[in-house]
Amino acid sequence: MSASSDVGYHAQRKARWHYGEAAFWLIVLACGFVFPTRYLIMTDILRLALFAMSLDLILGYAGIVSLGHAAFFGVGAYAAGLLALHGIINEPVLALVVAGLVAMVLGFATSFLVIRGVDLTRLMVTLGIALLLEALAERFSNITGGTDGLQGIEMQPIFSEIPFDMFGKTGFFYSLAVLFLLFLFARRVVHSPFGLSLRAIKNNPLRAAAIGIPVNRRLIAIYTLAAFYAGIAGALFTQTTAIASLDVFSFERSADLMLVLVIGGTGYLYGGLIGAVLFRMLQELFSTITPQYWQFWIGLVLVVIVLVGRQRLHRWMLYVPNLVIRQIAGRKAVVAVPESDA
Amino acid sequence: MIIALETQSLEKQFGGLRVTRDLSLKIEQGARHALIGPNGAGKTTVINQLTGVLKPNSGRILLEGQDITDLPVHKRVLRGLSRTFQINQLYPDLTPLETIGLAVSERLGHGGDWWRRMGTRSDVNGEIADLLTRFHLLDVMNEQTVTLPYGKQRLLEIAVAIAAKPRVLLLDEPAAGVPESERHDILAVVGSLPRDVTVLLIEHDMDLVFSFADRISVLVSGALLTEGPPEQVARDPQVKAVYLGEEAVNV
Repeated sequence: MSASSDVGYHAQRKARWHYGEAAFWLIVLACGFVFPTRYLIMTDILRLALFAMSLDLILGYAGIVSLGHAAFFGVGAYAAGLLALHGIINEPVLALVVAGLVAMVLGFATSFLVIRGVDLTRLMVTLGIALLLEALAERFSNITGGTDGLQGIEMQPIFSEIPFDMFGKTGFFYSLAVLFLLFLFARRVVHSPFGLSLRAIKNNPLRAAAIGIPVNRRLIAIYTLAAFYAGIAGALFTQTTAIASLDVFSFERSADLMLVLVIGGTGYLYGGLIGAVLFRMLQELFSTITPQYWQFWIGLVLVVIVLVGRQRLHRWMLYVPNLVIRQIAGRKAVVAVPESDA
Repeated sequence: MIIALETQSLEKQFGGLRVTRDLSLKIEQGARHALIGPNGAGKTTVINQLTGVLKPNSGRILLEGQDITDLPVHKRVLRGLSRTFQINQLYPDLTPLETIGLAVSERLGHGGDWWRRMGTRSDVNGEIADLLTRFHLLDVMNEQTVTLPYGKQRLLEIAVAIAAKPRVLLLDEPAAGVPESERHDILAVVGSLPRDVTVLLIEHDMDLVFSFADRISVLVSGALLTEGPPEQVARDPQVKAVYLGEEAVNV
């Protein structure tokens, strides 16, 4: 039946790889060879990108706003730090996964609080959980090192073969590999029926339930997965910097993350990645121009994006490329259709 | 006579206001049953209780003999009770293909599948293609719903409800707001629903009601005023009074 295969073809339209995507990843990989003196900042961008991708999963796809995503980042960071410091798990990759799982358990447990409310409640609950964990980490300083943080972490070689070097080369390629694998996984998930149902819930929870979608269960699942991703990002932070301090839980970290995602755009997975690059570059740029007041400029950029972007806030990045493509190839050939709500 | 959907002494209050009063309805399997009543009679409140959006204060709801009063919305859908909304409840950012695809996937139990891609199951694709064709949506299947003309959105609204393969379908004013030129499509679709599907139609438009329904219940102020075949209801002096009264107010 031709209509049926036609439907199958179009249903997979968004799931197909585009040349632009391949180019994107090749450029990222090439950066590892072109800028051998910039590993530390590039690794930092990769971690931030992974962290932002985690927020995109809940915010961009399921519409869950969070101002406390650092909670999972922090738990992952401390878990990885403690595992390495006490020699519980020496192999970094295994420790990374375990740290991610610890964050995931926390994500699952707290998801029940988060799914109950509407946007404002969710902001407050997520913010509260992060503050709570920060205070707990400070209180139990015998475990966490308190305000000094965990010190003296020594990372063992990856797979007992590849040692971390002082230039951060290993750290960069290690982080890149982790980011890419988790990206592939997320990409698969968002193009599945499950991923589509999240977008339906974000669009209209009432109708989502009315076609038989168990709304709460789906939200719990994606929140838990996002917590895993954030935990991995946190663990990467500890593993590649060999420190874990209280600021992993900080409100600024959660708030910056929101900025990163708004700058990059939500709901197409690359937003977090592009946003992380732009955010760090802007930060660098502004702090060279005005070391004290760089936040002023970041704030200004944010306001401009939100005002100019408005309706197409989460796809504003694609506005110009799509305009060009439209001129050349007609309306249907756009990279991604801008969504209508913010 | 098999009863597809039944309410027993349903009561719903908003504060001190009784919006559903001791309502007992029986809808036969395969029936084309209409629920009519003047504005503010509480028709939509009844639908919302039947589908689980609202919880009744007391009374029971039975679907094919089974008590569903305490089931959440999505579980009622999986049991075969589906609805359309008076005001379109669609996904603005999704396409008709995605919207219907999702409903079909959920019904077949693939909705929680997080690994397999959308569009790789031939049984799902076949059903989507069939529904898109039946509801004249094939040509716009890749357009964002928000950009579709209202008539097409209305068709999609009904198609989504049908995609759940309901045994009982609740149509809440299916032709509401549809311009005259696009009305025909909607009426044709409603008329061509399979006979084994039980339909409860909530409607304001008397032409549509009398051309479609084989049984009519009249709701006034949340209580059942009368019930019977269309000819009988049309002759009922009480019904006439209610509607004439309403018209008199309208003039």
